[in-house]
Amino acid sequence: MSLENFRSEVVEFLQNNCPESMRQPVREESDTFWGGRNATFKNADQEKWFHVMAERGWTTPGWPKEYGGGGLSKDEASILHQEMRRLNCRPPLFSFGIWMLGPALLRFGSEEQRLKYLPDIVNGRTWWCQGYSEPGSGSDLASLQTSAVSDGDHYIVNGQKVWTSYADKADMIFALVRTDNTQKKQIGITFLLIDMEWEGISTRPIKLISGKSPFCETFFDNVRVPKTNVVGEEHGGWSVAKYLLTHERSNISTAVDSDVMTPLSFYAKKSLGIGNDGILKDPAIRAKVAEWEIDGAAFKFTLDRINQEMKAGHSAGAKSSFMKYYASELNKRKYELRLECQGKRALAWEGEDYDEGKIARQFCRSKGNSIEGGTSEIQLNIVAKHILGLPGK
Amino acid sequence: MAYVITEEQQLLQESAADVLKKAPVATVRQLRDSRDDKGFSHPLWDDIVQMGWPGIAASEELGGLDFGFRSLGLVMEEKGRSLSASPLLSVCLSSRILQKFGTDQQKEIVQKINAEGTVVACAVQEGDFYQPLDVRCAAIPEKEGYVISGQKDFVADAHVADYLLVSAHSDEGLMTVILNKEQAGVSVEKEFMMDSRYYSKVALDNVRIEKDDVVGSVGKGKEVLNDLTNVGNALLSAELLGLAMETFERTNEYLKERRQFDRPIGSFQALQHRAADLFGELEIAKSISIKALDALDEQDFMTPALCSMAKAKCVQVAQRATNEAIQMFGGIGMTDDEEIGFFLKRARVAAQQFGGYSYHLDRFARMSGY
Ligand SMILES: Cc1cc2nc3c(=O)[nH]c(=O)nc-3n(C[C@H](O)[C@H](O)[C@H](O)COP(=O)(O)OP(=O)(O)OC[C@H]3O[C@@H](n4cnc5c(N)ncnc54)[C@H](O)[C@@H]3O)c2cc1C
Repeated sequence: MSLENFRSEVVEFLQNNCPESMRQPVREESDTFWGGRNATFKNADQEKWFHVMAERGWTTPGWPKEYGGGGLSKDEASILHQEMRRLNCRPPLFSFGIWMLGPALLRFGSEEQRLKYLPDIVNGRTWWCQGYSEPGSGSDLASLQTSAVSDGDHYIVNGQKVWTSYADKADMIFALVRTDNTQKKQIGITFLLIDMEWEGISTRPIKLISGKSPFCETFFDNVRVPKTNVVGEEHGGWSVAKYLLTHERSNISTAVDSDVMTPLSFYAKKSLGIGNDGILKDPAIRAKVAEWEIDGAAFKFTLDRINQEMKAGHSAGAKSSFMKYYASELNKRKYELRLECQGKRALAWEGEDYDEGKIARQFCRSKGNSIEGGTSEIQLNIVAKHILGLPGK
Repeated sequence: MAYVITEEQQLLQESAADVLKKAPVATVRQLRDSRDDKGFSHPLWDDIVQMGWPGIAASEELGGLDFGFRSLGLVMEEKGRSLSASPLLSVCLSSRILQKFGTDQQKEIVQKINAEGTVVACAVQEGDFYQPLDVRCAAIPEKEGYVISGQKDFVADAHVADYLLVSAHSDEGLMTVILNKEQAGVSVEKEFMMDSRYYSKVALDNVRIEKDDVVGSVGKGKEVLNDLTNVGNALLSAELLGLAMETFERTNEYLKERRQFDRPIGSFQALQHRAADLFGELEIAKSISIKALDALDEQDFMTPALCSMAKAKCVQVAQRATNEAIQMFGGIGMTDDEEIGFFLKRARVAAQQFGGYSYHLDRFARMSGY
C-alpha cells in the first residue's frame, strides 16, 4: 500500500474509532490509562479507545507483529503519530514498558524474554516501573549498590531504590543491581526483571511539591530472582541501561512536544486581553510569550528534522541528550510564563473552578523535567563529551 | 517538507563552499584595509554570476536554475561561513520581486541579472530602522507617470547597482518602482559600516518615472514589501546560521587547543555547558531557518510568520555564538589579528538588515493575533 493510501486509511480509522472525549487534552491523572494487572478504566470511551488500538498493535506501532506490535514501517508509524497529533488523539496507553523497557528487550532480550514480556506490554497487561536511582546514586548512576548475590540459579537481591515512579502501582520493575564489586563501577552491573509481588519487596510513597505522590522508595529484602530474568549479559547491564536511557530521553522530548497543543498565547490573550491596537495588553509578557512560541515551534521542527535524518541513515547518537535538555527547559519556561500570564488563576491549589489547581501543580511538576531521566547538567556533559568532543580533566 | 537535502543540493553546497574559499575572511580584511571602493571581490562576483547563483531560485524561463529557496539558503549558509561580501542577496531579492510582481518588461531585468550579473539594489528602509510600510518617500502623479522624492537608507549594494527598487507612497497607496540609477535626481552616497561593507544613503530629488516603472501595479506596494521582508529575512536567517555555526566550530576547536592550569580550557565544565547549550540553540535555529525557506518554496500560508521566526531566532543565536566566541578566546578574541571579531561585526549588521530582533518578534506576535 502506498504511504498516501495508508494515511487516508489511518485518518478514517481514527475518525471512526477515536471517541470525541479521547481527543481532549489530558486534564487529570485518571485521563491517562496505564494498564496493569489491576487496570481500571475511567470510562467506556477510554476503554474502547484502548482496545481498538491494542487490537491492531497500535499501542506500539513500530514493534514487530510476532510480539504483538503493529509491524508498521518507520514511515507508517510516523504517519500514524502525525495524524494522532493532528486530531489531538490521546495516547491510548501510557507505559514505561513501551517507552523504555520494550526497546531494550528488542535489542538485548532473549527470544524467550521478548515473547514472554512484549505482548503484555502491547496489551497493557503489565505495568512496569524503573528501578535505577538509589539514595547514594543519582547522576552518578553507575555507583549503584543494590546487591544481587548468586545463589544457584537465583540471585538474592538486597538494597534500596528511590524516586521509583509508580512503584506502588506497578506489577514489575526493571532494576539495575550490582553483581560484581571488584571492578570499575560500570562493570558488574546487571539488568534484572523483578515481579513486584515477590516476597521481600516493599514500597513507600514520597510526596512531591505538586502535592501528589507518583513516586516511591522501593526496598528489596532478600528477594529471590531467577537468573533467567537477566536481560543481556550478567555484569553487562550498563550497556542495556544506557540504551534504555536514550529512549527515555527521546520520550521526554516527545512528551513535551505533544503538550504544546494549545499555544501559550491563547492563555495570555484570554487572561490579559488584547488592546485596541490589536496587541497583548502587557508588552513585556508579550515579548516573552513570542520568544517562547518561536522556540517551541522550532523545537518541534527539530524533532521532525532529527526523525527524518535518522530515517535517512544519520545516527541520532547523543542528540537525544540535547533534545531532552531543550525539551525540559522549554517546558519549565512555559509554566513560568503561564504563572505570569494567568495571574491568580494559575496560583489556585484546589477548587473546581481551577481544575483542582492543575496549572499550579503542573508548574511544580515541570521542575522535575530537568532532573528525571538524567539532569540537565548531565545532558550538557554528554553533549560536550560525545558531540563536541571536549576533553575530560 | 524535506529537512534532509538531496544529493544535488549537497553538491551545490559543496561547490559553494569551494568557490567561497577563494574569498576567505582574509579577503574581507584585505578589502577593508585597502579601502576597496566596492567592498567586495569583483572576480568572486564574476564567478558567482558564472555559477548561476543569482538565479538559483529564479525560473528557468528567465534564465534561472529553478532550484528553489531551500537551495539558495545552502549557498547563503556558506556565504555566512566565509563572510564573503557580494551583491548576491540584493539581486536574489530584487529578482524574486520582479519575477513575482513585475511586468513582462520588468522581467527582462531578471534575465539580465541572471545572464550578466546586473545589480538591482533594494532601497526600502528610511532612517535608522526597518519599517517598510511606514514610507515617507512620496510619489506625486504627473502626466503619464510620477515624480518621486525622498530619502532611503542602509541600502546594500546601491553603490554598485544598475537599478534601484524603491518604495514610495502615493494617494493610491504604497507602491514600489524600479529606477535606473543613472536617472536624473538619483544620488547615492555610500557609508562604511562595522562589517567592512558599504551601505548607501539614496536621495531621490524629483525623479521622474513612467507608469510602466511601477512594479506590478500601484496598489501592490504593501504586498511587495511584505514579500520582500519575508524572502530577505529567510535568506538572512540562513546566512546568520552559517555565520553562527562557523563561529561556534572555531570556538570549539580553540577550547581543545588552548591550555591553562595544565589542561585544555575545554575541560572546564563552566565552558563545556555553555558550549553544549549553544550547540542545542544552533540545532533549533537550523530547523526554523530550513522551515522558512521551505515554506517559500511550497507557498505555505504560514510563510510570513515562519520567516520572521527564523530571522529572530537566527539573530539571537548568532549574537550568542559571537559573544561566547570572543569571551572564550579571551584576550586574543579582542584583537584585530584574530578573525573571530569579523564574525561579531557581520552578525550585528546582518541582524539589522530588513529588521532586527524585536522587529521580527513583534511582527510574529501580530501575525499570531497578539
Ligand atoms: C519526576 C521524577 C521522576 C523520576 N522517576 C524515576 C524512576 O522512575 N526511576 C528511577 O530510577 N529514577 C527516577 N527519578 C530519579 C532521577 O533519575 C534522579 O533524580 C536523577 O538522575 C538525579 O539524581 P539525584 O536526584 O540523586 O541528583 P544528584 O545526582 O544528587 O544531583 C544534584 C545536582 O547536582 C548536579 N550534578 C550531579 N553530578 C554532576 C556533574 N557531574 N556535573 C554537573 N552537575 C552535576 C545535578 O545536575 C543536580 O543539579 C525520577 C526523578 C524525578 C524528578
